Amino acid sequence: MAVLAVAEHRRGDLRDPSFEVLTAGRELADAAGTELHVVVTGGDVDAFAEDLNREGVDAIHTVDYGEEFNAEVAVQAVDQLAADGEFEHVVVPNTVNGLGSAPAIAQRLGRPIATDAIGVDVDEGLIITRELYGGKTEGTIAVDGPAAVVTVRPGEWPAAEGAGDAAIEAADVDIDEGAIGTTVTGFQEVGAGDVDITEAEVLVSVGRGIEEEENIVLIQALAEALDATVSASRPIVDNEWLPKDRQVGQSGKVVTPDVYIAIGISGAVQHVAGMKGSDTIVAINTDPSAPIYDIADFGIEDDLFDVVPALIEEFGGDVPDF
Amino acid sequence: MKVLVTVSEVADVDDEFEIDGLEIDSRYLTYDLNEWDNYAVEEAVQLDEESEEEVEVVTATIGPERTEETIRQALAKGADRAIRVWDDSLADASVLDPITKATILAAVVEEEDPDLVLTGVQTGDYAFGATGVALASQIDYGWGAVVNYLDYEVGDDTAEVHRELEGGVEELAEIRLPAVLTIQTGINEPRYASLRGIRQAQSKPLDAHGLEDLGLSADELPLDLELTDLEVPEVESDVEFFEGGAEEEAAQLADLLRDKGVAS
Ligand SMILES: Cc1cc2nc3c(=O)[nH]c(=O)nc-3n(C[C@H](O)[C@H](O)[C@H](O)COP(=O)(O)OP(=O)(O)OC[C@H]3O[C@@H](n4cnc5c(N)ncnc54)[C@H](O)[C@@H]3O)c2cc1C
Ligand SMILES: Nc1ncnc2c1ncn2[C@@H]1O[C@H](COP(=O)(O)O)[C@@H](O)[C@H]1O
Repeated sequence: MAVLAVAEHRRGDLRDPSFEVLTAGRELADAAGTELHVVVTGGDVDAFAEDLNREGVDAIHTVDYGEEFNAEVAVQAVDQLAADGEFEHVVVPNTVNGLGSAPAIAQRLGRPIATDAIGVDVDEGLIITRELYGGKTEGTIAVDGPAAVVTVRPGEWPAAEGAGDAAIEAADVDIDEGAIGTTVTGFQEVGAGDVDITEAEVLVSVGRGIEEEENIVLIQALAEALDATVSASRPIVDNEWLPKDRQVGQSGKVVTPDVYIAIGISGAVQHVAGMKGSDTIVAINTDPSAPIYDIADFGIEDDLFDVVPALIEEFGGDVPDF
Repeated sequence: MKVLVTVSEVADVDDEFEIDGLEIDSRYLTYDLNEWDNYAVEEAVQLDEESEEEVEVVTATIGPERTEETIRQALAKGADRAIRVWDDSLADASVLDPITKATILAAVVEEEDPDLVLTGVQTGDYAFGATGVALASQIDYGWGAVVNYLDYEVGDDTAEVHRELEGGVEELAEIRLPAVLTIQTGINEPRYASLRGIRQAQSKPLDAHGLEDLGLSADELPLDLELTDLEVPEVESDVEFFEGGAEEEAAQLADLLRDKGVAS
């Protein structure tokens, strides 16, 4: 028996969560007293295998098929690798591609799936800790059965390091080309614009708490008074109240300003992924249970429509009508 | 052509709330249409509006009778009819896991035989982010996860999609139909239901099914996840709150910002 970790790559590079999943996988393997195996599908699998051969990895299975990570190829590969019942738990990064493949892996293998774990343990079966209700609560979930699929949240486990002495071998799997319904035709960068929020020293960042497009002027006035740059959470950009180049987060930009002021932003994991490295984090949010307060240094638990105008006045700015 | 949209109701938690055993006390919950599913419904309705050919938009929901109010929202926005599946035994489960939901939705697909299934990327409350892809695998359809652009001519064999990856990168892909696409927010601009839409929704078909009607039985559902504890997480950071009303708070924050060299 062993735990199987699934690695992920894009445009020639293994992605960071691929090394984190080794650490989470090792933890599970230790808890279950078994080996840790890794599978990597597509791309330069030999180079990837060498890179994945880190401390704690016992074996690496390579599947040389296609250039890019393709969810359906990963599913077929894991399905065949696991056919002999060799793998109990399968560990996948909780990334876009991880979520694009792990549920199908679970379904194929006839196993349960638990996603976005921030903690894993093994008792009779797998036990995970995860957030529920937008990070306001944390739950413990027991997964029934001897074998499960689990996806692990990026950034929660450190990347595996050190040199390993894993056995590396080309896996004996046959990818059925006819069954693959998706063809990747290319990639496209989005969000390029006039303003580079990653260069800003001070970011005034606005979220759904602003309520209406007309109210954005309030945030702009604050930014002007502070000589700062305006950024935003996703809903503001989805609504087209600000352009895509202002979006902070998993699918936007990763920013590390000296000061990040989050105004009416709850602090969803995908947002926090883009700003947790800021030097000083200030949050203005009426909800004391908003997860943004878990990472903020300073907080104002009050209505932004009262606090922001007062702050603009503190800096001698003009408060617009809103 | 027929598009099936899976529509989930989600719980929104008040700012202040209490946990009662393994649940948030229902006094602190309000229910609404899942944000991601709102975009999925809009995408299906637009497909219908933009096509010469008839596109039937059917929604599918696993949920108790209460959810019919949410389902009517989807009908008011332009879906043609709705299916709701429930069994009282499901209310006893602490968690409806993605594989179980996919199993039930697969039975709906079997009945309806849609060409395209649109789900949301995730639910806003439990956020498994897994039901759509599990469903695709269950019904042997192709799939694309986290789709934020869809170009499809009714009748074509393939759809052109963009999948939103991390870090401002999109993957461009062609996906063979029938397929399941999990829809990301921002793909379109969801409409507000018009008064006329709301009125019409009242008379659109909303069929409630038990599990048996779909050839399923409660005993055979996986129901493999069990919530064993629910807590408010301990705050790791030592956030310092400014207090004393907006003026006072703003003044303290201003001092801090000046200290950090802001606007100087
Ligand atoms: C695959 C994927 C990728 C994603 N990528 C990103 C990303 O890159 N960036 C991103 O931001 N999100 C991203 N998200 C979305 C993310 O999950 C959240 O939905 C989003 O971050 C919520 O934005 P918000 O905090 O502005 O809104 P909400 O979560 O709705 O929070 C609004 C906050 O405003 C507060 N508020 C309301 N009124 C007031 C008031 N008057 N005064 C003060 N406070 C008030 C509320 O208490 C609440 O906390 C992604 C999601 C997925 C599934
Ligand atoms: N109870 C439900 N009824 C219908 N569809 C659902 C239900 N739960 C989840 N879904 C669909 O699956 C998507 C992902 O849900 P989840 O995997 O639970 O995060 C949602 O956006 C819905 O489209």
